[in-house]
Amino acid sequence: MMTDMRVKIAGVELKNPVMTASGTFGSGEEYSEFVDLNRLGAVVTKGVANVPWPGNATPRVAETYGGMMNAIGLQNPGIDVFCKRDIPFLQKYDTKIIVNVCGHAPEEYLAVVERLAEEKIDMMEINISCPNVNAGFLAFGQDPKHVEELTAEIKKIAKQPVIMKLTPNVTDIAEIARAAEAGGADAVSLINTLTGMKIDVNRRTFALANKTGGVSGPAVHPVAVRMVYQVANAVKIPVIGMGGVATAEDALEFILAGATGVAVGTANFVNPTATLDVIDGIQAYMEKYGVKDIHELIGAVK
Amino acid sequence: MAKFKECAKVVSQEKIGTGIFSMWLQTEQVAGEAKPGQFINLYCQDGSRLLPRPISICEVNKEAKQLRIVYRVAGKGTSEFSAYSEGEQVEILGPLGNGFPLDRMEEGKKAFLIGGGIGIPPMLELSRELKGEKQIILGYRDELFLNEELAENGTVYLATEDGSAGTKGNVLDAIRAEGLTADVIYACGPTPMLRALKAYAEENGIECWLSLEERMACGVGACLGCVCKSKEVDSHSHVHNKRVCKDGPVFLSTEVEL
Repeated sequence: MMTDMRVKIAGVELKNPVMTASGTFGSGEEYSEFVDLNRLGAVVTKGVANVPWPGNATPRVAETYGGMMNAIGLQNPGIDVFCKRDIPFLQKYDTKIIVNVCGHAPEEYLAVVERLAEEKIDMMEINISCPNVNAGFLAFGQDPKHVEELTAEIKKIAKQPVIMKLTPNVTDIAEIARAAEAGGADAVSLINTLTGMKIDVNRRTFALANKTGGVSGPAVHPVAVRMVYQVANAVKIPVIGMGGVATAEDALEFILAGATGVAVGTANFVNPTATLDVIDGIQAYMEKYGVKDIHELIGAVK
Repeated sequence: MAKFKECAKVVSQEKIGTGIFSMWLQTEQVAGEAKPGQFINLYCQDGSRLLPRPISICEVNKEAKQLRIVYRVAGKGTSEFSAYSEGEQVEILGPLGNGFPLDRMEEGKKAFLIGGGIGIPPMLELSRELKGEKQIILGYRDELFLNEELAENGTVYLATEDGSAGTKGNVLDAIRAEGLTADVIYACGPTPMLRALKAYAEENGIECWLSLEERMACGVGACLGCVCKSKEVDSHSHVHNKRVCKDGPVFLSTEVEL
């Protein structure tokens, strides 16, 4: 049976809805030994700022029950190195390039967005939701007014479609999504990690040097599905769902809840070929149930 | 430096000390590529434990495509591994990291191979593959392990915290007590030991290779979880954060700040 897994997000056609979650896949180079990047719908890169960021002190990662916590602190090489090295690397592959952008303040985001204007990338994802950066824009991403304003400013200068990445650490994520839409966002992606804390009882200290970190992995999946469902029913722009996707079934939950795209994150650490397993599993599901076009599944559960 | 994700099979497992286990794994490809000082990621069967456990390679049998790991039970993951018996299937990824540089030694030169506690296992394969005179200095709290096997490949000097064997004290106390000297140092062990060796090596102008440990997630250099402070800017982020899993775990002592 022929199955059509192609999806369109902001006019960009992806060969399938499966992409990588920012920060879990670098710019693809480290995983290219295990994963044929040509098979991915898109590679979403690790967040990049206007200048290099050293990130937080170690330990930066810890395991939690059915999940993990991280407080990397967005270590990245800055946009200049990124444009010279990472974008040309990804251009060798037949996949879409989505560059994740981070910053401490609006002007830092705007500097990166402006710098990306001339680059051959397909979309950008704006991280207004990292819980691990001190001057943190998490607080920023928690305020609908700020989200709308920043989105509008970015849209004024962006040459590629803009995805706003939302934090789950809010009372009403649908309200934040509507604010991004009102600001002109082409799509929203969610969820970023849930802020958590783990204490090492043997050492009687925090498991992470940063004290708090972002929780991810299968343990957060039901929370993410609920939020994707709420957002998909609150906005007209496409939604990219993520949070604990380890199998095709997990990804299909997001799609049925209304997501046009799905990202695989923490699962890459557990299984380097998780992205491919999810793609194959969605294909197998479509064949099993006679689904010719993946659009038959998007938002099918009301 | 190819890496492989594969399903290995436990050939044998043996308890060799209090909470210390030795496991031989049958691999398809990992053993064929493995070098001393590299490590493998072992994945738990229990899905609630997501992250792989990075464990150093103790011994390699390339002909039989087998790998040996010697590890300490430190938590739920290693506790799960310790219950595996012959025939158990275990997902592994490797070999990972750079390993110890063997070409820094030659016949006529003298090396220290220094292991502290659960940093001792990688010294076994290193001692078999390294050329030149091998002085193997092992630091323990009290209970000894692997010392007899290591003695087959060089001269072993012991240090124990309680003085029950060898020099009472740490590995540097043993080096001083025995009046030992070396051209190159290779070491793996707890950070305070590595810090002391770095200072010792730099004071005495000795080339010193240290194998570092840090909490890891991916093991392949993508997540940036396991960085260490480096003197030079790193190749990834152009800051001063080398990745222990990919740029290391073995670093020249002058390259890193501990």
